[in-house]
Amino acid sequence: MAAPIVEVRNLRKTYGPKVAVDDVSFAVERGEIFGILGPNGAGKTTTVETLAGLRGADGGAVRVRGIDTQRDPAAVRDILGVQLQEATLHDKITVGEALRLFAGFYAHPADPDELLAMLDLAEHADKQFAKLSGGQKQRLSIALALVGNPEVAILDELTTGLDPQARRATWDLVERVRDTGVTILLVTHFMDEAERLCDRLAIIDGGKVVAEGTPQGLVDGLDDDRTVVVRFAPDDVARGRELLAGLADRHPDVTRTEAAATTEVAVTGTRRVLFAVVPALAEADLVPDDVRTVTRSLEDVFLAVTGRTYQPEAQLAAAATREGDRS
Amino acid sequence: MTAITADAVPPRATGRGWRGFGLLLRTEAAVWLRDATSVFFGILFPTVLLLGVGFGIPGMREPMTDDVPPDSAWYGVTPIATYLPTVLAMAIGTLAVLSLPVTFATFRDKGVLRRLSTTPMRPQAIVVAHLFINIATTLVGVAVALTVAQLAFGIVRPAQLGVVVGAFVLGMLSLFSVGMLLAALVNKPSTANAVGSLVYFPMLFLAGLWTPGPIMPDAVREIGQFTPMGAAAQAMDTGWFGDGFPLLQYVVMAVWAAVLLPLASRLFRWS
Repeated sequence: MAAPIVEVRNLRKTYGPKVAVDDVSFAVERGEIFGILGPNGAGKTTTVETLAGLRGADGGAVRVRGIDTQRDPAAVRDILGVQLQEATLHDKITVGEALRLFAGFYAHPADPDELLAMLDLAEHADKQFAKLSGGQKQRLSIALALVGNPEVAILDELTTGLDPQARRATWDLVERVRDTGVTILLVTHFMDEAERLCDRLAIIDGGKVVAEGTPQGLVDGLDDDRTVVVRFAPDDVARGRELLAGLADRHPDVTRTEAAATTEVAVTGTRRVLFAVVPALAEADLVPDDVRTVTRSLEDVFLAVTGRTYQPEAQLAAAATREGDRS
Repeated sequence: MTAITADAVPPRATGRGWRGFGLLLRTEAAVWLRDATSVFFGILFPTVLLLGVGFGIPGMREPMTDDVPPDSAWYGVTPIATYLPTVLAMAIGTLAVLSLPVTFATFRDKGVLRRLSTTPMRPQAIVVAHLFINIATTLVGVAVALTVAQLAFGIVRPAQLGVVVGAFVLGMLSLFSVGMLLAALVNKPSTANAVGSLVYFPMLFLAGLWTPGPIMPDAVREIGQFTPMGAAAQAMDTGWFGDGFPLLQYVVMAVWAAVLLPLASRLFRWS
């Protein structure tokens, strides 16, 4: 097996007393979409910016295709495309100008016109940056990260602020880029984005990797508890609650029942919990309005490894409050 | 297997270079010129000011024979001509101190410098490009102002052209050093604007914008000669109308540049 194209080992980065990245290690294989997932302030951006050689590390090793980016950041500029969060362009530069300009910096650039077509920007080539929509700006930003024909592209929070339609379009685009052979390092605080796009991912919290693996593998690695949520018609709620509440004592596959929403009951147990719920309902001739099994996601993985509910914006909200206090 | 082969290939052209600098310079210039404010203040402002003062204030175009002693360098010169050195110094300062710092604060604010650091192009290249652009614009603005002044007022030729040119070049060097120091440090365009104005307007006063040449109070002249813009105006004035050599003013400008340029280069914030 080939050496990983990106390697981060025991990375540490502090700003004065504040530890931004405590201890982060991961490796990215050639051709995969690797996700770095975590709440805002977890150290994701610092990690990739240090990896790109844009910031100095305080400890550990970072390599792209075997090149130490801390020692020789210039050596990876031609093979590493970076789309930075919050890095923008001149208001008055046009899409075409920007792409041709950046293409001019590289030894073996991609064809700017092909990139424009691939990113659905061809008809906006003469539009000035300030007049682009959020989605168009993000697509241009991706185009700029790819114009040097990189082997690895770092995409940092590329769907933040986009509407759902633009987000999905951007996801498709990322997959198309990967299909051209580019290894992608995707930084995101969106669980659904990571789940949908990433071949493998590392969940970062408090400057540390708290979980790593494929999205499915991480979810499968959770405990074997399954939950079924049953919704009753208003008239049946009382009877339904009573029936299902007794189930935990009577049935070996049921461990607990809880009242969920006003007309819902959540029943948790083993993987066979559904088989306990349905016959009980049938026997009592209680026809539920809806039965659904609760799908487990990366959010449950986050909860399991950190003990906290995933709140991507928690830090931001706290910061905003402090801001508000001051003024 | 293919991956292993690819790994064995040595890295492509490495090292940060200047590839694409010509394109960067052209693109930056084109984008910069789209901003009407830069064009007005950079190219037209000195001319507009000269025309406004020359035609707006009575007597500016009458040769001075009564107001100055016959042995004065300004004897027989029109007041508007004595205003020229100040306006040329101002032309440099407007771009160097007002415009350049705002440009770089905007870059920093928008992450343009950081964006550039991720490419093989040195981020320094954009600094060099904008120095080129601003210096070229200064020269164009000054050329327009001199041509229009010549056509409108008929300006006397400099008595010592070399001294005037030398003073102008040193003036650019020192004023752009001041501008670069501000550009090196300021993070927000609004701050750059405020700090730039705070430096620019007192310098304008000390360079004689309100009291040019013959009517400048001694105190303003004494203080002004130690400022980059005042020294530039005075040195050009001496070269234009006098016969001495403005050694003090030359040294003052050289020292400003020698101190501030390295400082700006050392302190420059890239993000």
